[in-house]
Amino acid sequence: MANSKKMLAALTGAFAAAASLPARADWSLLNMPRGVSELSRDIYGLHTLILWVCVVIAVFTFGAMIYAMVKFRKSKGAVADTSFLHSTKLEIAWTIVPVFILIGMAIPSVETLIKIEDTTNSGLTIKVTGYQWFWQYEYLDTGVSFYSRLAQTSNETRQLGSGRNPADVENYLLEVDKPLVVPTGTKIRILLTANDVIHAWWVPDFGMKRDAIPGFINEMWISVDADKPGTYRGQCAELCGRDHGFMPVVVVAKPKAEFEAWLAEQQAAGQQASTGAATTAAVESAAAAAVALAKAE
Amino acid sequence: MAHHEHTADHAHHDDKPQGITRWLTTTNHKDIGTMYLVFSLAMFLIGGLFAMVIRAELFQPGLQFVDPGFFNQMTTMHALVMVFGAVMPATVGLANWMIPMQIGAPDMALPRMNLFSFWLLFFAFMLLLSTLFLPGGAPASGWTLYPPLVLQTGNAFPVAVFAIHLMGASSIMGSINVIVTIMNMRAPGMSLLKMPLFSWSWLITAYLLIAVMPVLAGGVTMLLTDHFFATSFFNPAGGGDPVLFQHVFWFFGHPEVYIMILPAFGIVSEILQTFSRKPIFGYEAMVYAIASIAFLSFIVWAHHMFTVGMPLAGQMFFTLSTMLIAIPTGVKVFNWTATMWRGSISFEPPMLFAIAFLFLFTIGGFSGLMLAIAPADFQYHDTYFVVAHFHYVLVPGAVFAIMAAVYYWLPKWTGHMYDMKLANFHFWMSTIFVNVLFFPQHFLGLAGMPRRIPDYATQFADWNMVSSIGGFGFGLSQLLFVYIIIKAARGGQKATAEVWDNPPGLEWTVPSPAPYHTFDTAPEVK
Repeated sequence: MANSKKMLAALTGAFAAAASLPARADWSLLNMPRGVSELSRDIYGLHTLILWVCVVIAVFTFGAMIYAMVKFRKSKGAVADTSFLHSTKLEIAWTIVPVFILIGMAIPSVETLIKIEDTTNSGLTIKVTGYQWFWQYEYLDTGVSFYSRLAQTSNETRQLGSGRNPADVENYLLEVDKPLVVPTGTKIRILLTANDVIHAWWVPDFGMKRDAIPGFINEMWISVDADKPGTYRGQCAELCGRDHGFMPVVVVAKPKAEFEAWLAEQQAAGQQASTGAATTAAVESAAAAAVALAKAE
Repeated sequence: MAHHEHTADHAHHDDKPQGITRWLTTTNHKDIGTMYLVFSLAMFLIGGLFAMVIRAELFQPGLQFVDPGFFNQMTTMHALVMVFGAVMPATVGLANWMIPMQIGAPDMALPRMNLFSFWLLFFAFMLLLSTLFLPGGAPASGWTLYPPLVLQTGNAFPVAVFAIHLMGASSIMGSINVIVTIMNMRAPGMSLLKMPLFSWSWLITAYLLIAVMPVLAGGVTMLLTDHFFATSFFNPAGGGDPVLFQHVFWFFGHPEVYIMILPAFGIVSEILQTFSRKPIFGYEAMVYAIASIAFLSFIVWAHHMFTVGMPLAGQMFFTLSTMLIAIPTGVKVFNWTATMWRGSISFEPPMLFAIAFLFLFTIGGFSGLMLAIAPADFQYHDTYFVVAHFHYVLVPGAVFAIMAAVYYWLPKWTGHMYDMKLANFHFWMSTIFVNVLFFPQHFLGLAGMPRRIPDYATQFADWNMVSSIGGFGFGLSQLLFVYIIIKAARGGQKATAEVWDNPPGLEWTVPSPAPYHTFDTAPEVK
């Protein structure tokens, strides 16, 4: 026991040492973000519900275990009651009660799931394609399409032996050269696919992540509250090779009017380079046709 | 071991080759059990070393020690070595040692196959570890080997697939041996429902292994033909489906997690009754709970892949079926608690580890329940929350149970009591550091840190540093474990046949150390 006390002292010391380091991070990051969309709030609510159910069950179960350990110690003269080996009533109770708790948790889960899977009535569709190791965003039917890669400052700093301090880089590893721009207050349908290996597109503040799988198109929807324009950051969440940790997702949510203006600007810029774009489109549709043909066989 | 002491009545047939020949040619279940256990301990240290590389790199943001490609090799090899090299062989070693002694059999039913399984496993791991030195390095696609990424592996790819095939063959043979032994060699009067729970848990584990190892073998063979023979099982350009592999893998992978934890359930049941001085509460319910968990493990696999875009009905099914597992698991936890209830509890090292298992495995169970909820899983999936979850069930879960088993049966194996003070110290170090290591990972995951990344955004720095300190502490503590075992193997206070205070089970009726051959004539079980 003396050993464990020494241990605790050493640990407290270690914690204190870690805490006294330059404040460059956040000890208060303990929980899932509530997020800025309808789905993220539903999911947060569900998460909180299950967490508290678990805490309550833990208090009872751990309480019983601790009570048994304190009360029925041999060193306190406890004598084993070898007749207490079976109790049909108790055993039925602790089989049936969990069933009801689980049903209580299943109902809101299924409700949320149904809402998540309903991608109808969206105001905008964006196709997201994962590449090793960057994203492509295409605003369907507008001709706007671009790539989004890790920002240069982060990329230089993250090299092995770069000699630079990540703490000096703003939004280290969570900044891109060109972010995805979306309107607030709009249900946005996201189509996901990939060009090489499986990736997963994830912004915690939107509550959702989904895999981007080569040869297949997945869909999901996100939304950003009308009163919460801003920049939201996430990362690729499915191991996709060497630089999996270095393909962030950055989304700038703008009020609808500003978004429309931004989109028009992109379209105008895109038309100037239309020749190049047409070639790319032709190549891509040929590839898609080949995949479709192969699948038909 | 060279100075093995013979008990008089066993001396006449206790002859065995000495030195290395003994270990190469033995068909004795105790020797083979020892080899499995020593092998597993070596792999635990190697897999632990890989983990230290991971935690060192994650100690601070920025890349300090390894490049991202090598980091991915480390996460992949850490998992493969710990799952297939440390935890599984440790439970096989325990099965080899203890099942014949628990059921009153003289040996395993198929002793030559037993030895063959061990050496297959040994060479499988020599092959797997050799991939670290091949051009392109070891596999780096995660232990889940998802295509298309896994097809980008270098020369290591066919070697790793072959190693997995060998491991699978070894596991299947080991399982056949356990089933045949239990079904045919129980002592007279030892009906199935009188069998100790450790043997029961292994019987069910063996069926799981036979059912799913061929599925993994099929999956990796399809990867192999996709890579070398132009098939398109998983290649969308040829009409294949990458997600098919995930279904195949997790149809193996989910039962696999129970293959690792069911023997732990058996061990904990044995130990709780000994140190509560009271037989297990609800023995039959415990057996049925293990069987239900084993059955359910076949119908929940896709909860590992909620984000692949399954139909709504599929997501609902896998959410609900997964939640069902909480019921038999709850029954087990409640029965263990009731076993301690009105007992006469003492806290020797095996009991300490078993109690830590009870608390910490249950925490892993809670996070498992949270992960079962598909909508919430869209946030949790592939984050450190998942890493925290499965390490809670595997480290203070399966690994602590294995350590509890070693502290429980070591005097029976070696004939010596180990250093109790040091073992207590090992327990407290392990338990404190394992929580410092893994608990903060829940926070990291919820706050948005993906798993399998070598570098992270600066807001994750503090908890990563805490986690790494826990990791180094936990790693160092395990050197104590090795020291305690070696010390006990070399000598120490003589252990009695019973070792503990009137423990249940036939293994305590034979002398310590257990003679080379036990139960030449079957004991009578009333």
